Amino acid sequence: MRVLSTDPRLRFAAVASLTAAALIGCASGRTEAQSAAAPPPAAKAAPPRYTPPADPYPSTYRPYPSTPTAITGATIFDGEGARIENGTLVMVDGRIQAIGGPDTPIPEGATRIDGSGRWVTPGIIDDHSHLGDYPSPGVEAHSDGNEATNPVRPEVWAEHSVWPQDPGFTRALANGGVTTLQILPGSANLFGGRSVVVRNVPARTVQAMRFPGAPRGLKMACGENPKRVYGARNTMPQTRMGNVAVMRATWQRAVEYRERRARDPNTPRDLQMDTLVEVLEGRMLVHNHCYRADEMAIMLDMAREFGFRIASFHHAVEAYKIADLLRDSGTCASMWADWWGFKMESYDAINENIPMVHAAGACAIVHSDDPNGIQRLNQEAAKALADGRRMGIRISDEEAWRWLSLNPARALGIENETGSLRVGKRADVVLWNGNPYSVYTRPQQVWIDGALLYDMNNPRLRPVTDFELGQPGEGDVK
Amino acid sequence: MAALRSLGSGPRLRSARAALAAVLVSTAAPALAQTVAITGGRVVLGDGTAPIDGGTVVIANGRVVAAGRGVTVPAGATVVDAQGRWVTPGIVAGFSRMGLVEVDAVNPTNDVSAANSPFSAAIDVAPAINPENASIAVNRAAGVTRAIVAPGASRSIFAGQGALIDLGADMQPVTRRRLFQFVEFGEEGATQAGGSRPSAHVLLRNALREAGELRVPISSGGARAGGQPVPPEDVEENPSVITGNTRRDDVLLTRFDAAALVPVVQGRQFLLIHVERAADILQALALKREFPRLRLILVGATEGWRVAREIAAAGVPVIANALNDLPASFEQLAATQSNIGRMRQAGVQVGIGMINDDEARQVRVETQYAGNLVAITRVPGHTGLSWDEAFAAITARPAEAFGLGGEIGSLRPGRRGDVVIWSGDPLELSSNVEAVWIDGVRQPLENRQTRLRDRYRRPQEGDLPHAYDPRD
Repeated sequence: MRVLSTDPRLRFAAVASLTAAALIGCASGRTEAQSAAAPPPAAKAAPPRYTPPADPYPSTYRPYPSTPTAITGATIFDGEGARIENGTLVMVDGRIQAIGGPDTPIPEGATRIDGSGRWVTPGIIDDHSHLGDYPSPGVEAHSDGNEATNPVRPEVWAEHSVWPQDPGFTRALANGGVTTLQILPGSANLFGGRSVVVRNVPARTVQAMRFPGAPRGLKMACGENPKRVYGARNTMPQTRMGNVAVMRATWQRAVEYRERRARDPNTPRDLQMDTLVEVLEGRMLVHNHCYRADEMAIMLDMAREFGFRIASFHHAVEAYKIADLLRDSGTCASMWADWWGFKMESYDAINENIPMVHAAGACAIVHSDDPNGIQRLNQEAAKALADGRRMGIRISDEEAWRWLSLNPARALGIENETGSLRVGKRADVVLWNGNPYSVYTRPQQVWIDGALLYDMNNPRLRPVTDFELGQPGEGDVK
Repeated sequence: MAALRSLGSGPRLRSARAALAAVLVSTAAPALAQTVAITGGRVVLGDGTAPIDGGTVVIANGRVVAAGRGVTVPAGATVVDAQGRWVTPGIVAGFSRMGLVEVDAVNPTNDVSAANSPFSAAIDVAPAINPENASIAVNRAAGVTRAIVAPGASRSIFAGQGALIDLGADMQPVTRRRLFQFVEFGEEGATQAGGSRPSAHVLLRNALREAGELRVPISSGGARAGGQPVPPEDVEENPSVITGNTRRDDVLLTRFDAAALVPVVQGRQFLLIHVERAADILQALALKREFPRLRLILVGATEGWRVAREIAAAGVPVIANALNDLPASFEQLAATQSNIGRMRQAGVQVGIGMINDDEARQVRVETQYAGNLVAITRVPGHTGLSWDEAFAAITARPAEAFGLGGEIGSLRPGRRGDVVIWSGDPLELSSNVEAVWIDGVRQPLENRQTRLRDRYRRPQEGDLPHAYDPRD
């Protein structure tokens, strides 16, 4: 079915083994370079030791310069469930300095922006994106999201595939008000690799986008995709039980590797196991592509069996069936508002999934998995909110904003830095030209760390990627 | 009685027939078209005119009798009070794969394309339309009443013949079969043609030549007395297939495929061309100079705004994706959400369709798409659509593009009785659909999704598993 292979949700099918080979070559090159740079052996008796840096691809992101700015007279959703009418928000040195009513003090010399008739919210956080690793244009040479050469690939890092020139980043900023996103490997593999959390700023390198201090994630996938990709090659896994068996065997290896390393520091380094040990030690969060309720329940048991935590189930279209289990385990569900039916495991999706999960007391997140959907996550939340209200679930507009910023921040482990307009947090802010749950509303201005990076009234603040230079439509409104 | 529940939250029925009407709606078999007067609502005709407050819409015998202010309610009509609500024609999906797919990735349920078929242009989607697809009921509940349905191409630039369908809860989904021939003409066309655009051009011209050489006399099934062309769906079978005319040896198309293109060559069937790149659009328009009888419609046209004047001058209607704004491929480099607005401003007749965009299941988001085109009118530099025109882009405009403006897409008298009552502005995200009529028949709004929702209002099991939950 050719129509299917272009579908972003099934993109794992388009993985080219050529690309895979190139990546493997590159990865081993890096390892050699690091070994060469390792310090020389110190004492005669001690065997040669290489201590890898804690973070070999560190963030070089620095906030762009900002001026003290105050938005006044706006309706503010603080992202934690509160709403302020005629509100004032003050951003200084890239941080939220004050939030409150009309009597909030404004520092002298601050740029004042009249927010009357407008809304202010935290920047939107998408915890499921493939921007950069499946960039536009979606040509085969750009298919960098699935290392579908083995169902167990925890050693690959999504950030090593991210093309910072993907025009999709700029659309997510200007049309979507997205200030932070998690870029994940695809779902062809049971263990897809490490994710990366980035600031949505145009950059020359992915390191210059990386959210400083944000933990990386581990992408895992249940269900149809891994068993189809490998089953079709007559290799394991071919079934859902095969999925679980390979996952368990891999976690068992990780547990044993951790013990061996603790006993013997000279245990040869295993890059696959390094990733999994970080998860077992709680320094990395699991993001689990998992559609069906029954499979999510099995994954929760597996997490208990081996001692790891699943931060969120992604594409959890059946989360509504087990909202109580999700609440009890403290696991979020990252969901679409209304996608359904594109494959068997999405057949039972319903429009009320998000509000039903929220109403059960679990952590609901609106995610995109899509370069178009990421431009309208506020609208996706609005649809879900309306469908919930129609079935009698009462959730206020301001409460529902959690789905778009604080809850994803929690799932990504960055809730102390961003996700709400709390004083001291990063000034990741969107000023909307109306109610952000209305289809007629668009971002008017977007700040990241207090720096104004989009202004609909200023064509100079309309980012243009390298790819678009000299092309038809360069610098156009998009 | 889930149908009653949805009525309860919707417009209040108030005649003596109210109870009876409700019962009819709740039964599985479609009720007969009744005389219905929907009163007091904000009426949108759908043809680009402004909404009419306090209007009345009367449907009888499956058709719109009148819509507007000062319309008399016929004696004996079932009166539906729509005060505080919006009343509009049903949404017309300008391009879709509705009714062809149950689950995309489950091949036996997916009839979009046939990678191993020996046929191409002869393929006709009509027999595959399944009115009991979950997606028909889901999209009906969102106010979509008609859809243009196209096959997908494989092994040929010609995908086959598409239809207009309705989304009614009955077993007669096809409104017009063989309404158009669908052809891929850009990157996809090049792929299907063996690897290049020039190959696609030669294949197209050769196919039209082979069709022309069948020399089917128009009188043998092409025209009614009086010279009126007969739409191909009224022709039982193309005589060129049946008769024993010998064909030349140097033909590429099967006899069936060549015959299927005869109505295209003769201008009796639309040729719907998928094209995105500005340069490709110009090449598609040029076909009209070579084959003057072709009745072209473009679909996709992501870069249409760059050649909008040429499209307008050619008088070729366009069905465009509304919100493409990424250079998703090299034929969409100039993508912008202003595309439709700019084309419209240049005089192009343009409606919204969804090609390669979840069109087998999600045409219900067209209201959202149209709303976004209104949103951008408030963003400097963008060209969007007025509300009235945005709504027409998902009702009258696609209907007009396919020559069906007199049949569907508006509430003008004589149109089919496809009417939707909304809780509010139909383009707004917070609005719900409260009632739907198709061909004058009140439709159930229940579907798998609403049933699942109701089953899991409380996820935990009760005294028995959910599988035993009472079904009313």
